[in-house]
Amino acid sequence: MRSTEEITGPGSEKSKPDIYVLRLYVAGQTPKSMTAFANLKKLCVEHLAGKYKIEVIDLLKNPQLARGDQILAIPTLVRKLPPPLKKIIGDLSNTERVLVGLDIRPLKD
Amino acid sequence: MLKENNIKTSDICLLKCQTGIRGLDEITDGGIPGGRPTLVCGSAGCGKTLFAMEFLVHGAIEFDEPGVFMSFEESSEELAQNVASLGFDLKELESTHKLLLDHVSIERGEIEETGEYDLEGLFIRLNHSIDSIGAKRVVLDTIESLFGGLANEGILRAELRRLFRWLKEKGVTAIITGEKGEGTLTRHGLEEYVSDCVILLDNRVEGQISTRRLRIIKYRGSAHGTNEYPFLIDENGISVLPITSLGLQHKVSSERISSGIPRLDTMLGGKGYYRGSSILISGTAGTGKTSIAANFANSACERGERCLYFAFEESTSQLTRNMGSIGVDLEPWIRQKLLNIYAVRPTLYGLEMHLVKMYKLIREFKPNVVIIDPITNLIAVGSDNEVKSMLSRLIDFLKADQITALFTNLSHARSKFEHTEFGISSLMDTWLLLRDIEIGGERNRGLYILKSRGMAHSNQIREFLLTDNGINLVDVYLGPAGLLTGTARIAQEAHDKAAQTLHKQEIEQKKHELHRKLAVIEAQIAALNSEFEESQEEVNKLIRQEESLERALAEERAKMTHLRKADDPIPDEKP
Repeated sequence: MRSTEEITGPGSEKSKPDIYVLRLYVAGQTPKSMTAFANLKKLCVEHLAGKYKIEVIDLLKNPQLARGDQILAIPTLVRKLPPPLKKIIGDLSNTERVLVGLDIRPLKD
Repeated sequence: MLKENNIKTSDICLLKCQTGIRGLDEITDGGIPGGRPTLVCGSAGCGKTLFAMEFLVHGAIEFDEPGVFMSFEESSEELAQNVASLGFDLKELESTHKLLLDHVSIERGEIEETGEYDLEGLFIRLNHSIDSIGAKRVVLDTIESLFGGLANEGILRAELRRLFRWLKEKGVTAIITGEKGEGTLTRHGLEEYVSDCVILLDNRVEGQISTRRLRIIKYRGSAHGTNEYPFLIDENGISVLPITSLGLQHKVSSERISSGIPRLDTMLGGKGYYRGSSILISGTAGTGKTSIAANFANSACERGERCLYFAFEESTSQLTRNMGSIGVDLEPWIRQKLLNIYAVRPTLYGLEMHLVKMYKLIREFKPNVVIIDPITNLIAVGSDNEVKSMLSRLIDFLKADQITALFTNLSHARSKFEHTEFGISSLMDTWLLLRDIEIGGERNRGLYILKSRGMAHSNQIREFLLTDNGINLVDVYLGPAGLLTGTARIAQEAHDKAAQTLHKQEIEQKKHELHRKLAVIEAQIAALNSEFEESQEEVNKLIRQEESLERALAEERAKMTHLRKADDPIPDEKP
């Protein structure tokens, strides 16, 4: 049931070797969820090219999963890896805050 | 009785959901609103979580209504541990799908907010929990924690409003707990959203004694008690004390029961107290109040009745020893479980707690006779007014069950004795007063009946003696010297006896004297008589001499005549 989207871009030696496992919790195809997903994807392509993994979990389909990651708000982005666990709630419209929240420094060329 | 009525009315208007918490369902006329959220608020440590948990556990066990406990503070393990001491096995209930614990933890440091969001995740989670066990009851404890975890208050408020509406639509009976804020019922104004029923829990400390109280602030569409009701959290969980107002409609008995002191029974119209009446024994220290109470307990047990003795001054063993010294042996009754002595210091709990404890014990023990010795000590933990209200509730409760209640009351030696009784005298049916009577350098006890409703009782003061064989009531000395007791009475009685004897002796003596006088007179009479006889004898003698002389003279003369040979004279011519 889990819709996992794996996008691996060309590797970049300058950034950290860790793989970011990100999980986005949504509840149905709501505008907010769509926005969040779009924002996340954009952000990952720009800043985590080649070392990220996004899982999208629809709680309407898998309500039992809400408990595991202590999900209250929708949408919630959970950084499963690298530790520690991080949560970002909202539609991820503020890219700066998301980057800070995920401990990703904006890449500078 | 109360509950039956409710079921009838609730069919028409409001569906009620029994909480199973002792006493609460009576106050709320059958429980909290069914299918609606109820707000339970109060300051920290007032028992909100326990209240909510009991609601779920009773629901699961007694009413077959599974429940979901969504905790925002404590983890499932902590919750299970906390209530294990009350005999609730949450793990067992969880494994049988009667209960579901869900710990929602929110760490602010963990969460970053960017842009729009809602709490759909919480809804889904709750919905899933409810559906998975078919829950009828839901607890959210304490949902206000969300305010600490999420920064956007605007969204949060909108979502909470939606949540409570959603709970109503879902048709579950919910309890939402909230921490009391300053000037508001809850810190974040939850009462705005939960408007059907609001219950406030409170834990107040007065004079270093804390008392838990519960008040129903609001209950839309239902009659409810508006008072503050004390409640107790003990090893059996929460019990709320309904302040039952009987409206003086209790039945009375005309059966009479002995006070255990024969002479006192005589004073009370010859038969003793009425069953189900309330008796007050007041007196200064050491006047024998406890002894009268113990005698009453003893006589109740002798009749095979059950007696519950609340001792606020002495321990059980002290009481039995002391009563043994005046010939009242309470030990066998304790062994036969007819007598239950509950000895505790009054300052151990608040007044209301005492009342709740007493209610509980009375319900468990089902006594025929209840003794509270003394009620005065309770005043140490409450004001006059509180003591009075507590006692009136207790008395009403006892009267409803036809339990005879005996209270002792310590009055102060200096104050006017009728005044001390916190105005409770009007609650009492029989009032015995014990008094110190100080006469002649000693102190004695006097007893009289100040009032006794519904019987012709003695108006006399009796002297009250504590002997090895028990209590003895004797008449006091009433005489020209006034009222005397003790040795003064005995002395006066002896004195009176002596005076009487003396008087008797005097009369005897007088009688004796008179007798002697009479005898003297009689002797004199006899003497005179004999003198008289003597004189008479002499007279007779003289007469006889005279006659014989006469005769001799006549003979002489005849002889002479013969000698002179004279004519026979005419016999009548003699000189």
